[in-house]
Amino acid sequence: MKVPPKPSTSEAVMDGKAERWVLKLYVAGETPRSLAAYDNLKRLCEEQLTGHYTIEVIDLLKYPRLAKDDQILAIPTVVRKLPPPLRRVIGDLSSADRVLVGLDLRPQG
Amino acid sequence: MESESAKRRTVEAVRSRHLHKVRTGIQGLDELTEGGLPKGRSTLLCGGAGSGKTLLAMEFLVHGVKEFEEPGVFIAFEEQIAELAENFASLGHDIDSLVAQGKLAVDFVDVSRNELGETGGYDLGGLFIRLEYAIDSVGAKRVVLDSIEQLFSGLDNTAIIRAELRRLFHWLKAKGVTAIITAEQGDGALTRDGLEEYVADCVILLDHRVTAQTFTRRIRVVKYRGSNHGTNEFPFLIDEGGISILPITSMGLKYEVGTERVSSGIPRLDAMLGGKGYYRGASVLVSGSAGTGKTSLAAHFAQRSAAGGERCLWLAYEESSSQIIRNMRSIGVDLMPAVKSGLLQLQAVPPTMYGLEMHLLTTHKLVKEFNPRCIIMDSISNFTSIGSEIEIKGMLMRLIDLFKMRQITSMFTSLTVGEAFVEASSTKLSSLMDSWLLLREIESGAERNRVLHLLKSRGMAHSNQIREFLLTDHGVELRDVYLGSSGLLLTGSSLLVEKAREQALAVAGKQEAGTKKRELEYRQQAIEAQIAALRAEFEIERLKALKIDAQDEERDTVLTGDRVQMARQRQADAVKGKRATPRTSGGSR
Repeated sequence: MKVPPKPSTSEAVMDGKAERWVLKLYVAGETPRSLAAYDNLKRLCEEQLTGHYTIEVIDLLKYPRLAKDDQILAIPTVVRKLPPPLRRVIGDLSSADRVLVGLDLRPQG
Repeated sequence: MESESAKRRTVEAVRSRHLHKVRTGIQGLDELTEGGLPKGRSTLLCGGAGSGKTLLAMEFLVHGVKEFEEPGVFIAFEEQIAELAENFASLGHDIDSLVAQGKLAVDFVDVSRNELGETGGYDLGGLFIRLEYAIDSVGAKRVVLDSIEQLFSGLDNTAIIRAELRRLFHWLKAKGVTAIITAEQGDGALTRDGLEEYVADCVILLDHRVTAQTFTRRIRVVKYRGSNHGTNEFPFLIDEGGISILPITSMGLKYEVGTERVSSGIPRLDAMLGGKGYYRGASVLVSGSAGTGKTSLAAHFAQRSAAGGERCLWLAYEESSSQIIRNMRSIGVDLMPAVKSGLLQLQAVPPTMYGLEMHLLTTHKLVKEFNPRCIIMDSISNFTSIGSEIEIKGMLMRLIDLFKMRQITSMFTSLTVGEAFVEASSTKLSSLMDSWLLLREIESGAERNRVLHLLKSRGMAHSNQIREFLLTDHGVELRDVYLGSSGLLLTGSSLLVEKAREQALAVAGKQEAGTKKRELEYRQQAIEAQIAALRAEFEIERLKALKIDAQDEERDTVLTGDRVQMARQRQADAVKGKRATPRTSGGSR
């Protein structure tokens, strides 16, 4: 790990032809756990969904209202907004297999 | 009395300085906890499903907003907000409008596991953020978490949940909000998931059970750190007005008593009761076997009360109100005007409709709403079908306490079966009662007649005499009973017969006495005559005796004279001088 990415920045790698994935990562400040979660998620997405995903990092300390609106209980939480159905996984996403199952991440064919 | 209540206030003031409390505003709960829940702390509210936890917690918030200007936050873990609002609308609480006014924040935390996967470490930061956001958005002083243990069913990592719960309760305390945490009751433990371990300041247990086919809710303060609290179970009621718990402040025999009297409605009975009637606020037991006139006695009391412009509540447990009115009209007591004027409320309550506690509570409510000066419970014997004697006594004790607090004169009728049972069964109740009237039937001469005993009447000189109790077409009448010459209590027609007989006897006796007197007079006269005769006889005898004396003397003189003459004849000269003396003496006679 070189430079830790800023969790609040959103990153989009778009490709016109494939299905678009929108993932939201809810954190509360830059804690080691939220940074780890971001790294883990990013790595998995790169492996599985290269170029077809968006990770939106939401810092609930800045937007506390969103915790209610998006039904966030635990931190960190990653929510698969698109494609439906809505799915969520909590934790630092340290187990790749569980994240893949939880978010039902499939490589794009 | 004055100083005692002042003292109590001081004690309460001192206590409240030590531990600040937040009034819940829930009927009876503040009395139970002696002032409310611990301020700035969390209270654990546990109970089974459907025991009223959510309702109590929500009422805590609604009262806070409406009565104490304390905004609140409701975090729901079980019910959707729409359902919640719907449930509370039926209790007259408009959750949505309170939310719109910014006085209440409601948040539903969905912990259903179906769309949740866990991987690696996490915390419940989302919950904290939501809670803080809600608290800050309305400036909440009161918080409810209902019920937070849902976390255990939604999340797998209990170690994390426990650590987070501990953090949460610390956080709540630091935040200074007064919170209610609800939890499901567990088997043999207060809560299923051991939440009592975290919330140690105050624990309240709600319970509901069915005994004798009646449903009763109860509440108990299991623990209240640093405070006195009622430790018993207290029944509570959920109805259209929300929760009401039976207040317990009254359970201390601390009421003040006056000397004002209340007429029983029957002048002769008032006369027996020290000439003035019952004390205001007294409890009066009227016991008697079937058909002895208990209800009639009550009707007089009710009528008298209404006539004096005082409200009277009549709880009828065995007759409908129209039946009572009809029956009482037959003895010339018309209750209709009193009912129409609104001063008499005749409330027919089927005793088995609900449990004792519910009766207690509904009576409480009725008393609060109607605010009567007199109350009649006719008859309390009907409670035996829904409770044991101890339970009934307990209920009556609380009721009487309430009545006394409010200076309500109460009359309880009680049915007794069989003579031996009369006093035995009522003794248990009698200790609660200030006055006890016993109606009995006396069977004699092929008739049953009613008599009234005033068995006791605290605090007044009262008659110990039995009165005959008559139900006439102009109401109840009391008459002196008559102890005939035979020493037996006489009532009814045998009384009349006996009276006539005694009168005849008296006349005959008078005549006889006259005759005797005359006889005596005659005898006296006869004796006096005898005495006179004897006296006359005596006089004759005396005269006779005197005569004899005189004759004797004469004879002596004559004899002496003879001797002188004889001597003279014998020697005339020798006795010449001597002869002169006897002659002188003899001449003087």
